[in-house]
Amino acid sequence: MIGTLGAAPAERRLLPEGRVAGPMPWVIAIMMFLTVLTAAGGLAMRHAARAIGADLADRITVQIVEADPVARERQAQAALALLRRDPAVGSVSRVPADEMKTLLAPWLGDGGLEDELPLPVLIDAVLAGDGPRDLAALRSAVTVAAPAARIDEHGQALAPLAGLISALKWLALAVVLLMATASAAAVMLASRAALDTHRAAIDVMHLLGATDVQIARLFQRRLALDALFGGLVGFTAATIVILLIGRRVGSLGSELLGSVSLPPLAWLLLLALPWFGAGIAMLAARYTVLAALRRIL
Amino acid sequence: MAGIVQFENVGLRYGTGAETLSDISFALAPGAFYFLTGPSGAGKTSLLKLLYLAQRPSRGMIHLFDEDVVTLPRARMPGFRRRIGVVFQDFRLVPYLSAFDNVALPLRVAGVAEEQIETPVREMLQWVGLAKRADARPATLSGGEQQRIAIARAVITRPDILVADEPTGNVDPAMAARLLHLFSALNTMGTTIVVATHDVHLLSRVSNAKTMRLEEGRLIDPTGELRYPPSRQAQ
Repeated sequence: MIGTLGAAPAERRLLPEGRVAGPMPWVIAIMMFLTVLTAAGGLAMRHAARAIGADLADRITVQIVEADPVARERQAQAALALLRRDPAVGSVSRVPADEMKTLLAPWLGDGGLEDELPLPVLIDAVLAGDGPRDLAALRSAVTVAAPAARIDEHGQALAPLAGLISALKWLALAVVLLMATASAAAVMLASRAALDTHRAAIDVMHLLGATDVQIARLFQRRLALDALFGGLVGFTAATIVILLIGRRVGSLGSELLGSVSLPPLAWLLLLALPWFGAGIAMLAARYTVLAALRRIL
Repeated sequence: MAGIVQFENVGLRYGTGAETLSDISFALAPGAFYFLTGPSGAGKTSLLKLLYLAQRPSRGMIHLFDEDVVTLPRARMPGFRRRIGVVFQDFRLVPYLSAFDNVALPLRVAGVAEEQIETPVREMLQWVGLAKRADARPATLSGGEQQRIAIARAVITRPDILVADEPTGNVDPAMAARLLHLFSALNTMGTTIVVATHDVHLLSRVSNAKTMRLEEGRLIDPTGELRYPPSRQAQ
């Protein structure tokens, strides 16, 4: 794509064959390697946050903590009836006794101790819709129907984790922007060096009537191609690292870590980074060359 | 306007030093042939630089093709430069381009289609006797051959003005005569020629040529003919 941008084929011959940017492509490769890893981390965090949020953020759990089994059951039925009527609640289910036993088995063992203990009734509810909810009103209504009820909002419990993930996401974005700025600076330095190297030829072209834009096109195309080369090298190396890390994470079998993965759209975004880098390089080279040429007659 | 080029009280100073050129006033008639002579250090190359727009004067007025080029915006300079052919004293060939590509350079800069470049460039190389060295890089050419490539590059676009700084300095007398013949042919097609030279023998080789003489940065023009050339008086 970039190969066709800028200078016409005849104009391209006005600069020597090969690279003009010295070690710049390798600097870009390192920058791109770090940028892709950081961006992948940020995108994986975002994906994980969404996955966790979609699973848990809309859920509430109502516990009826009452020692008297009759009162507990009466309040449980009242709370269930109220939740089923409430339009803010999408679905309601009582956690079955067997499931409760399974949940408590690691602590209570298999001795049937749970039958002697006043275990609370657990009611899972999934809230309806995506809009703002008046959970305070719901809480108040449930408490009136079942005074022994305690309501846990899963979203609230996840807030610190969500905050951390959000902060890491923004940190990743900031690092990516810093890398892009540093890459642009590297391209500017390379452009100036390339201009100095070819100063005599540029002076001649200028005196023969070449415009600043014509000369800038020669350099912007070459530097963009060099940057694209470096960017693809960095991207390839980073992709290998990401795939290796993915395999390691997969082998851990952790449910939480398992949600940290890259969806296809994230891969497309990562693949766009070298091209985006080449675009930045082209603009940086154009700006630098035009600014330098403006200083000569 | 008096001519294709008009200088009025032009002065040129590099940095804070003394003026290299002082009170230069002359007009070049369209289609005329001029020799610019004078001792070393008289300011010939500086005057040529003003002519081919490599330098702006410190003072005075320069009109080129009926436009004031002293205040001309940079963006319009390339259009003027494409109408001026230049043979630099130090040739200034692009080292990584072949002889063919060096000669083709002004055409490519001007955006001429590639299929329209081959024939005129080959013909021009033939003219300067270097058809067989078309693929040679400047470093492999002798001084004289480089000079001929520089001349071919300057005339390939048939410029309105040809400015040549010592164009025969590195060639043998036979080639010098041939190059002067080339300049004369270009001149008969309407190009105004300005040739700076030390070689007094050249002056007599072009019958209708006028001579401009610089001494210590000043133009010697006792009859005023350079300032008011006959073509203007005729108008």
